[in-house]
Amino acid sequence: MDELIQYAPDLARGFLENVKLSLVGVVCSLILGTVLVAMRVSPTPVLRAAGTIYVNVVRNTPLTLVLAFSALGLSDTLGLAFSSVPRTNSFWLVAMGLSCYTAAFVCEALRAGINTVPLGQAEAARAIGLTFFQSLTLIILPQAFRAVVAPLGSVMIAMIKNTTVATAGGFLADAAAVMKETFDTTGASIPIFLGIVVAFMAVTLPVGFFTGWLARRLAVAR
Amino acid sequence: MNTSVLFDVPGPRARIRNGILTVIGVILVAAVLYGIYAGFDAKNQWDGRIWEPFLRAETWKVYILEGLKGTLVAAAVAAVLAMVFGAVFGLARLSDHKWIRIPAGVVVEGFRAIPLLLLIFFIFYLAPTIFGGGDYAFIAVVSGLMLYNGSVLAEVVRAGVLAVPKGQSEAAYSIGMRKNQVMRLVLLPQGVTAMMPAIVSQLVVLLKDTALGYIIAYVDLLNTGFKILPAVFFGSLIPAAIVIGIIYISLNVALSTLANWLEKRSRRSRKTAAPPVVPPGAAVLGGPTPVVPGAEGVSTM
Repeated sequence: MDELIQYAPDLARGFLENVKLSLVGVVCSLILGTVLVAMRVSPTPVLRAAGTIYVNVVRNTPLTLVLAFSALGLSDTLGLAFSSVPRTNSFWLVAMGLSCYTAAFVCEALRAGINTVPLGQAEAARAIGLTFFQSLTLIILPQAFRAVVAPLGSVMIAMIKNTTVATAGGFLADAAAVMKETFDTTGASIPIFLGIVVAFMAVTLPVGFFTGWLARRLAVAR
Repeated sequence: MNTSVLFDVPGPRARIRNGILTVIGVILVAAVLYGIYAGFDAKNQWDGRIWEPFLRAETWKVYILEGLKGTLVAAAVAAVLAMVFGAVFGLARLSDHKWIRIPAGVVVEGFRAIPLLLLIFFIFYLAPTIFGGGDYAFIAVVSGLMLYNGSVLAEVVRAGVLAVPKGQSEAAYSIGMRKNQVMRLVLLPQGVTAMMPAIVSQLVVLLKDTALGYIIAYVDLLNTGFKILPAVFFGSLIPAAIVIGIIYISLNVALSTLANWLEKRSRRSRKTAAPPVVPPGAAVLGGPTPVVPGAEGVSTM
């Protein structure tokens, strides 16, 4: 217990980085995922194929490889840099990798949501003369989003837990890296481990309850 | 809903619009591809020298296949253990006895909520203090994967058994079977067919997560292919990433295809009265009443 109290400030600072990564990831992956799903249902075969390839490639690659590649490949070898400060740079690289990875899952969730919208909705939209883009943004996606609030919540919870893999992307300030560092001096400490786990649960459980509640509130009555 | 009904058979104006959209799409895709090409070119990534190692048999034998073996061994051992763990805890959660059901529920929900990497780190550091010095990378990866995926599979098992219609167990009880016989002879045989696709999908997650071993220096495909190989063949980092990426993707696509095929088969199977269990994390709604195990049960993906 003493170790936990002694190292609590460091661990809390590390955990704050996980929270920041999660916030950036939620915003970026939702935007990118929506763009991807629009591509995947568009009337343009090129965009459909591009979206499908992206989702299948990214979804089947381990996150560890995605993040390690962002750091060693994109940044070190190809010279992609967000900032000249190494720590800020690796934060954004990890945030980018995490968002690109999660976006594939967001896209899949939304596509499942589009499948729940009854056929008549799209037919009615077409019948009153809406174009593809109008029917997608005004009729289909709003209903699809409401249908997949709970699954999207699961995707977001998984992403929050995945922020710990930031270590693989060379971002050594998150809770997992701090925990590892602490273990190097104290040895495996059950209180520290449980402390971080409880911190994660304190974020993921409310997200789960909130999206569950939101899903029930927003459910489309049919 | 079929996505093709989102747009009508295009008339003249829509055809022009779609044509323009196609042109824009082609330009965008081409721009992205050219951007990648030019970026690689600027850093000399098309140099034959850095791709050449992958044409040699010994590169594959010494590094890639060796790492692939590590990945597959860890995945296979963890998969077997996770299935055992899942079966035991999934059935324990269905127990009629509170003193079995509740602890099993706590274990399953707990391990599902812990980020897998933290679990692996913890085991990696805990093992030496209990069992003395040694290399515990393999044990840490396998037991972490077992505990996490086993907990997810426990939910799948539970959902599979619950998916069997109530009439089946009522009929079994009414012809005088015992609790254990009902489970063993009626519910599990039908439940397993319903669970199969979800189990195989979870195995994809497990296989992908073996790559976490890279972080604690377990000798897996990512480690030999992405850390050791580029160190030996200086500059081959990007080709190495592409090659091992392709290997991971093909393995997972093969497993996913198997899962889809199993799901189709179980959907039309007459051996079971239960609908297939929805894989955890898959966001399928509607359709013939899917059984979603747990509200926030999802893979680390």
